Amino acid sequence: MGAGHAHRLYRHGHSPVHRLPPHCKLAAVFAFVIIVVSTPRESMWAFGLYAVLLAAVATAARIPAAFLLKRLLIEVPFVAFAVLMPFVVPGEQVHVLGLSLSEPGLWGAWNVLAKGTLGVGASVILASTTELRELLLGLQRLKLPPLLVQIASFMIRYGDVITDEMRRMSIARRSRGFEAKGIRHWGVLGKTAGALFIRSYERGERVHLAMVSRGYAGSMPVIDEVTASREQWTYAAALPVAALFICLLGWTL
Amino acid sequence: MTTAPQPPSLEVSGLAYAYPDGHQALFGVGLTVGRGERVALLGPNGAGKTTLVLHLNGILTGGAGTVTVAGLPVAKANLAEIRRRVGIVFQDPDDQLFMPTVREDVAFGPAAAGMRGAELEARVHKALALVGMEEYANRPPHHLSFGQRRRVAVATVLAMEPEILVLDEPSSNLDPASRRELADILRSLDVTVLMVTHDLPYALELCPRAVILSDGVIVADAPTRDLLSDDELMRSHRLELPFGFDPRTTTV
Repeated sequence: MGAGHAHRLYRHGHSPVHRLPPHCKLAAVFAFVIIVVSTPRESMWAFGLYAVLLAAVATAARIPAAFLLKRLLIEVPFVAFAVLMPFVVPGEQVHVLGLSLSEPGLWGAWNVLAKGTLGVGASVILASTTELRELLLGLQRLKLPPLLVQIASFMIRYGDVITDEMRRMSIARRSRGFEAKGIRHWGVLGKTAGALFIRSYERGERVHLAMVSRGYAGSMPVIDEVTASREQWTYAAALPVAALFICLLGWTL
Repeated sequence: MTTAPQPPSLEVSGLAYAYPDGHQALFGVGLTVGRGERVALLGPNGAGKTTLVLHLNGILTGGAGTVTVAGLPVAKANLAEIRRRVGIVFQDPDDQLFMPTVREDVAFGPAAAGMRGAELEARVHKALALVGMEEYANRPPHHLSFGQRRRVAVATVLAMEPEILVLDEPSSNLDPASRRELADILRSLDVTVLMVTHDLPYALELCPRAVILSDGVIVADAPTRDLLSDDELMRSHRLELPFGFDPRTTTV
């Protein structure tokens, strides 16, 4: 049922990047992504430099390149669309290897691919160096609406419980001779989903009862305070500040 | 110490309650539990046990009668203090343990009451030590065994230093070893206990006194062994001893 002690996105370690407070890292990644997105796509060298920056962070976090590249594969379904752009976007045509491609389409594809990859790269580094639990504390510290943080935290806690319930229902179905074999069986699966929803809803009510019984009055009590020193903020700011410098160069050159 | 008599941990009198759909669950329940007592609340399914439990910390209110916890009446104005004093351990530990780690879950109650920092840490540590789960503090609850989760659930309410511990079916789904471990823990605690259970041998093992709730009223209140030995009484309230178990010959 569980997936070990930590979420599989996380890579255990003791690097300086691991040790940074979560809200510093979140803010740095967010700023980095904004800066990357606002860089003009024509400054191709700037994106190369951004990639070098990320590589430097990954080295500081002692994340092996193979690990990082494998995680980057997650973006494949999202950038598949970018690959189509040179074929479908109207505009001036250029001929490469006997294929007729549109120039604005090529630029568009490059734009999505480069910015997307850099954004995913930064997120992968964040996820590999920060535990889910810490991320939530960071979001709480950054004043994300408390309700959203609570919902995310319950999702982590109850994800496995509900998956387990789903698995038990599937075993019960199959034990009575049911195998989902095609569209005619979707009705049964739909009913299972409905039953799962009602069960989860009722569990929600029971959990709420348990919370109220222990003094819950609408907001989660603060148990762990995350704080960051000026030094840690400076350290975390190194990435977005360097990126901002590159971005400004990109606009002026 | 003063010699003034301490108020009982729990005093319920004339408690009646009907659900909004009209179904009446309690018809004038009266029950007093003295400080430090361990009492078993027995009764068939649908007798109103859960309804009664939910009145003890003011989740359900609005019927007739009164509930007092260590002298403090259960009323809107005192709810925060009442919920600190009455620690309810619900049947399914997955409902009770809703935080990402054991430590945070145990800290939830005291933190909700405003406790912070080193004091909170000490309280959490103490509660986990009482149930022997200190080394699991940083584990997520769903990576623990069922028996361990039940023990942590007990710790989550012990952390609030309650006046009375209310356990809903504490032995359900436990294997015999976990069942015995939990019994050892409960016996070692210096706290008033009200235990709702169908597990009659467990009631005899842990609680010198038992009450039977049937059809919304308390129909019997006596030493547990006497109740369990009264075949006529047991039969008329759908209570059955497990095969081969004889309360008259069992020594506790």
